[in-house]
Amino acid sequence: MGKYILKRICIMILMLIGMSFIVFASMYLAPGDPAEIAAGPSATAEEIEIMRAYLGLDKPFWTQYISYLTNLLHGNLGTSLITRQPIWSELSIRIPNTLNLAVAAMIFACVLGIPLGIIAAINKDTAVDNALTTLSLFGISVPNFWLGSILILFFCVKLGVFPTGGMDHYFWTAIGFSQVFLPAMSLGMQSAASFTRIGRSSMLDVLQSDYVRTARAKGLREKAVVLIHALKNALIPIVTQMGTSFGGLLSGAIVTEQVFAINGIGSYLINAINQRNYTAVQGTVLLIAAMFISINLIVDLLYCVIDPRIKYE
Amino acid sequence: MNQESFFRSSVRKLLKNKLATVCFIIVVIELILVIGAPLFTSFDPNEVSVMNRLRPGFWAESTGKVLEGHWLGTDEMGRDVWSRLLYGGRVSLAVGFISMTIGITIGTVFGMLAGFYKRLDNIIMRLMDILFTFPGVLLALLIVAMLGVSTVNATIAISLWSVPSFARMIRGRVLQIKEEEYILAIRSLGAGDIWILSRHVLKNALPTIIVIATMRIAGSIMSIATLSYLGLGVPAPTAEWGGMISSAKTFMYAAPYLIIIPGIAVVITVVCFNILGDKLRDILDPGLKD
Repeated sequence: MGKYILKRICIMILMLIGMSFIVFASMYLAPGDPAEIAAGPSATAEEIEIMRAYLGLDKPFWTQYISYLTNLLHGNLGTSLITRQPIWSELSIRIPNTLNLAVAAMIFACVLGIPLGIIAAINKDTAVDNALTTLSLFGISVPNFWLGSILILFFCVKLGVFPTGGMDHYFWTAIGFSQVFLPAMSLGMQSAASFTRIGRSSMLDVLQSDYVRTARAKGLREKAVVLIHALKNALIPIVTQMGTSFGGLLSGAIVTEQVFAINGIGSYLINAINQRNYTAVQGTVLLIAAMFISINLIVDLLYCVIDPRIKYE
Repeated sequence: MNQESFFRSSVRKLLKNKLATVCFIIVVIELILVIGAPLFTSFDPNEVSVMNRLRPGFWAESTGKVLEGHWLGTDEMGRDVWSRLLYGGRVSLAVGFISMTIGITIGTVFGMLAGFYKRLDNIIMRLMDILFTFPGVLLALLIVAMLGVSTVNATIAISLWSVPSFARMIRGRVLQIKEEEYILAIRSLGAGDIWILSRHVLKNALPTIIVIATMRIAGSIMSIATLSYLGLGVPAPTAEWGGMISSAKTFMYAAPYLIIIPGIAVVITVVCFNILGDKLRDILDPGLKD
């Protein structure tokens, strides 16, 4: 197990290097000229050339990539073409906002989605099951930016109970909670609905298995059968879905941040793309990628814990 | 049982369900409406009329602000909302269908190979992880930043973004299936890998594939709407549901219907496809039947 974890961490580092290559190459191949952007709109051709040499953009691709990678290994994501500030310092003040939103949305999704899935499964083919299944279909079908806009229209404009945007407190504080409530709800709704669906179908699968019949046959109460015996195996597909969902939440946050005017890494990325700030795009994409690779590692390790039948070398 | 009768009986069973029939009819009507859009509206979706900006539709009949013929009102540039809804639906549905098909095909193949062959597992899943590390919008943003904003680039981005999630979940299912005893039994009877994969693993993973595909056709239609909302999908002024919501943002308080109407179109379409897929799963998945 320890060896497996070590191996996975090595793979993770290799993947980050692969990632950095893809991101670097795609921005290198992009048609715009970073030197022109960095030099500003009124720069002369000569000034642009000086800027190009200063940024090292006149060097061959591999030289540029190796120096980019070396900087990365020193924790340096590069310098913003527009503000001339280190990208890491611009991102680090925005990361807490995005994580705050994504984690709050994940908690919302788990607390709402998983229990509803179990309730639907144990009430199979009843009115409760039908209602929950249909509701979850609607939950999945609502785009998060649209849900966000509708929530603002209803809660903020009509009722005036939540702020329409902005976020500067963590969700466990009172102000933070009121700030994060609507964004987390609009971001987490799809995940919640997919937890309900996956949870229901996997729970139904498990409830039909032989060992559950054995558990029932030996006289266990239904509660014990469902919560102790069945739930553990039913969780496997949900854990898969949680890993997938977290990526969805991080990228969905890019959209939600736009709707609720939240100053997170998503807003930073959209700004960077609109300003053709290539170094900032590279840095932000790599950061989100690194966060997501770490989550994937955790999900794979959780597999071993909750289902020993899945073996790793 | 041959393939044709299998599918025909599936569709017949599907239409026995009332809810599924309703959804089927809605989808068919919607397809007729968007494909035959010129027959159902006399307005050009891009015809600007500065004099007739932000006129409400049938719900404001009594106020006298409603323009003759524009039953869903006009948008911030005086364009007919009903007509933009129809032409916008063309784009949304086409992009959704095409990218879902490409995504599920590639994803299923990768997922089955990775789950079944340990040798391929690492290579395929790390490749998927690399695609996966650009979750959702992120991959689209990179592709758009590289290639520029266009409908084709958005379709490519959405197809690729479906692949890793299909592959990962199908692999998860295949990992479970191949540990099951009946696979060992079939193998001991002398079945080869290709036979086991195509006959038994694929068949047993089918419910999973359908559940995910169900979510993904919804996802694909929503993805194009999301990209357009961010200004990176279908370029303006071409009508598209997400783009309509995006351009209505500024007029949210004065004209909330500009946000509500296209959003309802997205939700209805996606819900119908979801319900159809859901009922289809009940029919195709003997494991969930008593």
